[in-house]
Amino acid sequence: MSSDFADGRVARAGKDNPDDIPPGQLPAPILANEPIPDPGLPAHEPRPTDVDSKLEKRAERQVAAMFGAATVLTLGFCVAYFAIDPHALIFGYGALHVTLGLTLGLAFLLIGLGAIQWAKKLMADNEIVEYRHSTSSSKEDQEEALTAFFVGADESGFGRRKMIRNSMIAAMGVLGLPAIVVLRDLGPLPGDLPEVTVWRKGIRVVNDVAGTPIKPADVEIGQLVNAEPAVFFEQRLPSGKVIPPKFEGAALEDAKAKAPVILVRMPPADIHPLPSRRNWGVNGILCYSKICTHVGCPISLWEQQTHQLQCPCHQSTFDLAHNGRVVFGPAARSLPQLPIGVDSEGYLIAMSGFHEPVGPSFWERG
Amino acid sequence: MSTATRRPAPDSPMAKLGGPAKWFDDRIGLAGLAKKQIRKVFPDHWSFMLGEIALWSFVILLITGVFLSLWFKPSMSEIDYNGTYAQLRGIKMSEAYASTLDISFDVRGGLLLRQMHHWAANIFLAGMTIHMLRIFFTGAFRKPREINWLIGLGMLMLGIIEGFAGYSLPDDLLSGTGLRIADGLIRSIPVVGTYLEFFIFGGQFPGDDFIPRLYIVHVLLIPGLLLALISAHMLILVYQKHTHWAGPGRTNRNVVGYPMLPIYAAKSGGFFFIVFGITALMGALMQINPIWMYGPYDPSQVTAGSQPDWYMGWLEGALRIMPNWETHVAGFTISWNVFIPGLAVMGFLFTLLALYPFVERWITGDQREHHVLDRPRNQPTRLGFGVAGITGYGLLWAAGGNDILATHLHLSLEAITWFMRFAIFIGPVVAFIIARRWAIALQRHDRESVMHGYETGVIVRSPEGAYSEIHSPISSERAYILTAHERRPKHSLVSREDVSGVRARKQGKERLRSRLSDFWFGDEIPKPTVSELEAAHEHTHEESPVVGDGHHVGIETGGQTGGDPFELDESTT
Repeated sequence: MSSDFADGRVARAGKDNPDDIPPGQLPAPILANEPIPDPGLPAHEPRPTDVDSKLEKRAERQVAAMFGAATVLTLGFCVAYFAIDPHALIFGYGALHVTLGLTLGLAFLLIGLGAIQWAKKLMADNEIVEYRHSTSSSKEDQEEALTAFFVGADESGFGRRKMIRNSMIAAMGVLGLPAIVVLRDLGPLPGDLPEVTVWRKGIRVVNDVAGTPIKPADVEIGQLVNAEPAVFFEQRLPSGKVIPPKFEGAALEDAKAKAPVILVRMPPADIHPLPSRRNWGVNGILCYSKICTHVGCPISLWEQQTHQLQCPCHQSTFDLAHNGRVVFGPAARSLPQLPIGVDSEGYLIAMSGFHEPVGPSFWERG
Repeated sequence: MSTATRRPAPDSPMAKLGGPAKWFDDRIGLAGLAKKQIRKVFPDHWSFMLGEIALWSFVILLITGVFLSLWFKPSMSEIDYNGTYAQLRGIKMSEAYASTLDISFDVRGGLLLRQMHHWAANIFLAGMTIHMLRIFFTGAFRKPREINWLIGLGMLMLGIIEGFAGYSLPDDLLSGTGLRIADGLIRSIPVVGTYLEFFIFGGQFPGDDFIPRLYIVHVLLIPGLLLALISAHMLILVYQKHTHWAGPGRTNRNVVGYPMLPIYAAKSGGFFFIVFGITALMGALMQINPIWMYGPYDPSQVTAGSQPDWYMGWLEGALRIMPNWETHVAGFTISWNVFIPGLAVMGFLFTLLALYPFVERWITGDQREHHVLDRPRNQPTRLGFGVAGITGYGLLWAAGGNDILATHLHLSLEAITWFMRFAIFIGPVVAFIIARRWAIALQRHDRESVMHGYETGVIVRSPEGAYSEIHSPISSERAYILTAHERRPKHSLVSREDVSGVRARKQGKERLRSRLSDFWFGDEIPKPTVSELEAAHEHTHEESPVVGDGHHVGIETGGQTGGDPFELDESTT
């Protein structure tokens, strides 16, 4: 099935003779009115390494040198692994890390370059012509396959025995159900969890790092304080009694995903509260949810002159002097506000929980 | 050298290979397959290497990933860190984060493996994306390759999800922020959003189930699917044989190139080592995802300027520039502002891409097999769509860094966002028009080159004082390449009188198709016909002067004065 061209190129045909290709499968060569006829494959030009044995030897040495250097570098990798102190630095980088990476990387690179140099300079570079055959099977094959299928289908009686067919389809169909049903215990149902936080009346608003309670005088005009509910921390009561943190581990993380707040203080004259929110602040200190109503990033970029708070993730911007309304960006809802007051010791406390769900919107939120 | 019939002499070391080969063939009969495939022909072109970049970086991901899995602990259990990195000692963190720190600081070569894995993921996605663009612009998705186009899209989508899953595993502050955003997207799905959220996270976000679940998706489920799809992709490629560029002797009925053994085995195999080597050098010298600088995930914290890996940037951009639309109906909420950019945009783009080959085929009415690639300029409308797509993607990508653009270029963040909100619709249209016209201009240039040759830059003055530039003919190989594409027939409308009233709808569809087809091929520059070329040739013949060194310029020089003979010469003089 193979035939060689005079210049050494090898032509190989598949089992189909290209002339047997059914019309319409491959476009027929259009020669009429073609301005430039196909000049045919250019003659094979020998490379310098084909005709000059000196160059050939040089290329051979180059390839062997690259492979040889790769071997040395790979062994160097192994030596460095044991010899270099893992904590030693070189130009501020980990000496071991850089050495391992350089030896390994260069070893691979040299193997690759060597192989390609070998292929390009020394391996026979005769272009080969292979004929395509039509991708589709022959008409006969197609018909035979269909016939075989229909004979088989007919012998099974799949078409005739409708009762068997339908009951089988039903039996196979419901098999998908167990796979879905067992996924039920992946997690609990949401219930009202997306709508509630740990905030309740009387919980102190405390510093988010140390858990220290905050007095109104601690917050200056223009300042933003990241805060959390006191129940996340160990609390020391005036009686000297110590209450351990109410949450830990995953429960703490879950609560922390919803409960963080920010305290901001601005001149009381700048604040334009809704009528229902007139007494939600303390001396110009307001408390808002820190969780963005867009997709839930913690918000923290505070511009004290304009009283605007911006989310660092998608730049939704909320005006905290106007009840947290959205002034820019993709968030649709105002930032929920937490009513605050002062307890008997003068520390800031929540006067209730949030009056609306915090964080990103969801279907049931209404 | 005759390569087809060379066989090792019976006493050579090569002959010994016959033993084991026979052992295998006696059991699984491979010789029939091997005899065809060992010398299978692959055409050579740099653009055919782009898919290989994706393939080889996937192999690197498998290798480095297996090593990383030996040390990584996919657990959200809280521990006190007590390892080498002093700045984080005593801080509570998940085991996932702590084990990633251990891989970075305590496992020798661990940081190298981690950074190689991350770089390879970025290269994998980049390789797939650029490979897809190459396939698109050269029309390699046409019959019979539509299935491989769809498989490729599936791999690209899985690759994006796989990459996101991978960089979410270390449970650092940056990846946790990404997961929080993903949680927001899941919630926004109408009706079932919160249920899906609770099932996926095993309760509320973040919970302590998610990292182990994501881990098995990342190391088993998606890589398994990718491996299966890659196998199918490659098998179909081998069966259909690779496409090649038009050129002398290269037709729709053959494939011209080098044999698998030895040339392709050496070149492609060698290329794996090069991709691996470059990835290792990047892992050694270019820092990526330094999770120890971000700290462990804490849902109450975030860093400004958070950016996802590059392939998620366009979705991030869509999320940023979407207007804040939300609908409240009968006590329920639909968050268009999250659902559309977060989930619908990706579905929209991939649906468009998946339908494209079939839409183009319907409009052009081309039912034939194609194995010769299109030069992108010869398909101006397709080129326009591709450039429009790149423009839209690029704008979304830039919008994903609107805060970075604002701070680095000292621009207003609001202005950038508003610009992007309009540019995402206007930009692709403008890009489409420019790219399409540009392609047509390039076609015109090709036609000029074939008819009048190339501009030599030599200006001559005639005895009358007129100045003109000398054109020199291009080689016959070049001229053939420039005219090897087909003349495309326009889709003709079935005449209305022939169609009965019952088939009126079909006629409407045909009319639409005809109009689209007119637009598709409209303004194309036809390649010259034989008579046009002859006329141009005569013209050049008369005008063509002789330049100083006796080198005749013009078609009449034929093959006599060196350079490439212009083969039409003989038939016209």
